[in-house]
Amino acid sequence: MNRYPLWKYLLILAVLLVGLIYTLPNFFGESPAVQILPLRASMKADIALLGRVEAALKAGNLNTEMVALDGNSIKARFADTDLQLKAKDLLKAQLGEDYVVALNLLPRSPQWLTDMHALPMYLGLDLRGGVHFLLQVDMKAALDKALEAASGDIRSALREENVAYSGVSREGNTLLVKFRDAAARTKGEAQLKQRFSDYALVEKELNGEFLLQATLTPEAEHRIGESAVQQNLLTLRNRVNELGVAEPVIQQQGADRVVVQLPGVQDTARAKDILGRTATLEVRMVDDEHQIGAGGVAPFGTEMFKDREGVAILVKKQVMLTGERINDAQPGFDNQNNEAAVHINLDGVGARKFKDATRENVGKRMAIILFEKGRGEIVTAPVIREEIGGGRVQISGRMTTEEAQDTALLLRAGALAAPMEIVEERTVGPSLGADNIARGFNSTKIGFMLIAVFMVAYYLMFGTISVLALAANLLLLIALLSMMQATLTLPGMAGIALTLGMAIDSNVLINERIREELRNGISPQAAIHAGYDNAFATIVDSNITNLIAGIALFLFGSGPIKGFAVVLCLGILTSMFSSVLVSRAIVNLVYGRRARLAGVSIG
Amino acid sequence: MELFKIKRDIPFMSYGRYTTAISLVTFLFAVLFLVTRGLNFGVDFTGGTVMEVHYAQPADLVKVREQLAGAKLPDALVQNFGSSHDVLIQIPLKQNVAGAKLSEQVMGALHSQDASVEMRRVEFVGPQVGKDLIENGAMALLLVSLGIVGYLWVRFEWKFGLSAIIANLHDVVIILGFFAFFQWEFSLSVLAAVLAVLGYSVNESVVVFDRIRENFRKMRRAEVTEIIDNAITRTMSRTIITHGCTQMMVGAMLFLGGETLHYFAMALTIGILFSIYSSVLVASPILMWLGVSREDFIKPEKVESEEVLP
Repeated sequence: MNRYPLWKYLLILAVLLVGLIYTLPNFFGESPAVQILPLRASMKADIALLGRVEAALKAGNLNTEMVALDGNSIKARFADTDLQLKAKDLLKAQLGEDYVVALNLLPRSPQWLTDMHALPMYLGLDLRGGVHFLLQVDMKAALDKALEAASGDIRSALREENVAYSGVSREGNTLLVKFRDAAARTKGEAQLKQRFSDYALVEKELNGEFLLQATLTPEAEHRIGESAVQQNLLTLRNRVNELGVAEPVIQQQGADRVVVQLPGVQDTARAKDILGRTATLEVRMVDDEHQIGAGGVAPFGTEMFKDREGVAILVKKQVMLTGERINDAQPGFDNQNNEAAVHINLDGVGARKFKDATRENVGKRMAIILFEKGRGEIVTAPVIREEIGGGRVQISGRMTTEEAQDTALLLRAGALAAPMEIVEERTVGPSLGADNIARGFNSTKIGFMLIAVFMVAYYLMFGTISVLALAANLLLLIALLSMMQATLTLPGMAGIALTLGMAIDSNVLINERIREELRNGISPQAAIHAGYDNAFATIVDSNITNLIAGIALFLFGSGPIKGFAVVLCLGILTSMFSSVLVSRAIVNLVYGRRARLAGVSIG
Repeated sequence: MELFKIKRDIPFMSYGRYTTAISLVTFLFAVLFLVTRGLNFGVDFTGGTVMEVHYAQPADLVKVREQLAGAKLPDALVQNFGSSHDVLIQIPLKQNVAGAKLSEQVMGALHSQDASVEMRRVEFVGPQVGKDLIENGAMALLLVSLGIVGYLWVRFEWKFGLSAIIANLHDVVIILGFFAFFQWEFSLSVLAAVLAVLGYSVNESVVVFDRIRENFRKMRRAEVTEIIDNAITRTMSRTIITHGCTQMMVGAMLFLGGETLHYFAMALTIGILFSIYSSVLVASPILMWLGVSREDFIKPEKVESEEVLP
């Protein structure tokens, strides 16, 4: 009765073998590496680049363990971090601005394992060191921006159609359009209804004025928020690329939050600086007709900004062009006076707008305003000498070379649709990460050994089998986590330890049951059979309650807790397999063949 | 080897009055501490900045405090962390200072005094995040409780679900009581441990309940108290050994896992100890008082036999 058919043994063996293969890469560890990525999507990492990298490393006398093309990047592995850092500096100097050279860690496992997609678990930030940011997107600012743009568009639409209106004002989330008479309002409403489908229009009479109230519909509000987050994600991705981080995580979390994880980054100050900057560029006309009022009050329709020298300049509120139209921005030098400058390339729409604006305003002054953290500063306010076409613009104005580089980087990385604020930061130094790995690993090892010694002493043969089943559980759990390419964190390691501690329960249940059946005077073979059968229902029940807790933790936990929950849930599943099937298979192999069994070694 | 050779069933149920009284007193004490002292919520929940720095030589805490006071951070809490070389700095949330900038300010101040200082860890949590975490934690607790009651209801009977969850929530309150009494830091990982205990300790009740159900079927003539006593006595050996094994693992984390895992393991340790107590000596008496009877399980069989009869 205690025999498994051959296919069952083979199945279990196959599962364990697959488990072993996928667990293996974790034992080889990781080597320091340098990863080379093209900066722009249009460029490809290819054999030619590989050749250049190899030649450069050879010329620099830097020994590599491996250099290979992987997807759209080139990875070079080194024996130690010293070589890695040298190689990074060398490659950065040789390859120039078009490539990102990032530090990374690469698995040292043999190629045949990598070919089978058997990769080690990905270590979380608390184990490898790095920075984690949680950024909150300011949705209100995104809406403000949309409303501001809409009020401008409404004005120009009404003007285009020659509708007599006397003003557009904003009150909270609604726009009020004032008309001279009811007829103009009817005409205007028809026009606006066509063009502004995002707004609900309501007619209103107040103090004898004919008003049209335009309110943003909830769907449009939602869509604006959504796209603001999306644009910010994209922008962040660009900025992180500029930082040169190997495997960054940039994800949306919830409706208005973004998670940024930068493994291996130590210079958190610079990372924060680059991420947190909300540089946007606006081109507006300088208002030379008005004077700055007493006490620095700007006249209606204008705004006051200071330039780099601290001189206040009045500019019109109307925006000619925003940073969204920028295709590329590169630092460079002014051809005429050799001053540091930023060369900007505009997209089609931007180029046309810029051409129109410069044609209409020849002889007037134009201001290029850089907004950083909500504060605008006029970079330069040159006189427009002629129409500028082709979308090529140069900004220069008493910048240092470094400033030009930073400005170019920020402009290139794109504007944030809405400002963001860091609401959570976790930085883990590399030494703490290494300590955490050692601690997690040691406590699991010691705990496992204690359990093993106790189980063998207490249940003898059956204890040994239980320990083997527990080892199989650990193997399968790690294999599963590696297959899923799950991120291993310290709570995750705690989860592995705890799962092992709990998984032994099933085997204790079974062993106790067998003992009890033996005490009741049943033959050993029958006792084994009854023991497994009777314990099974209990094992399922108790594991399901654990699973419920695990799933709830997964659903409501954030960050580290989620990792713990994933391990807990997977561990429950693997423990069901190993404690019931694997241990039974071994028991059957050991005892099942003998027809007459005098006794079993169960203590 | 066999540690528990118990010939006769131990009359647990006749002690039921005392054991539940004991746990009621413990429970009330836990609630008392929770109310009077409150939990010492970690930075995960309250928001603020926590920094761990490492010095090459034993750190001079007085000096560190002076430096921070000089950097306009007089309310920073400075203490040793693990070893004399490691210092933990806690800075509460401020209204005007951008929290994310604070860590650089601190490192700058410390670095000017002693260049050997090394940043090990920075955690900054804004106020909104902490509030969300508390809400999510409460939701998780509620969901786990409902899920378990629901499952036990389907699998056994509502009486089982109810008594198990009462016993286990009592465990949770007692863990929280310990954390309140000793003012241990209640962090996100402790919350995870508390929720894991909830699942784990129900597991314990389930094993006993399974036996009770089995006994109702097997021991046709026995009284309810006898059935429960027998179920507890039969599973006691397994209970102690399983928890002993789990505790070995948790104990390894408690002593070897470092500061991060210490309180996680501490919550589990308390949870394991009380879950043994509560599932045996609280859940079962409650089950008895809720009036569990043979009819709760034998009903379906009766229906079947009636159908078969002509």
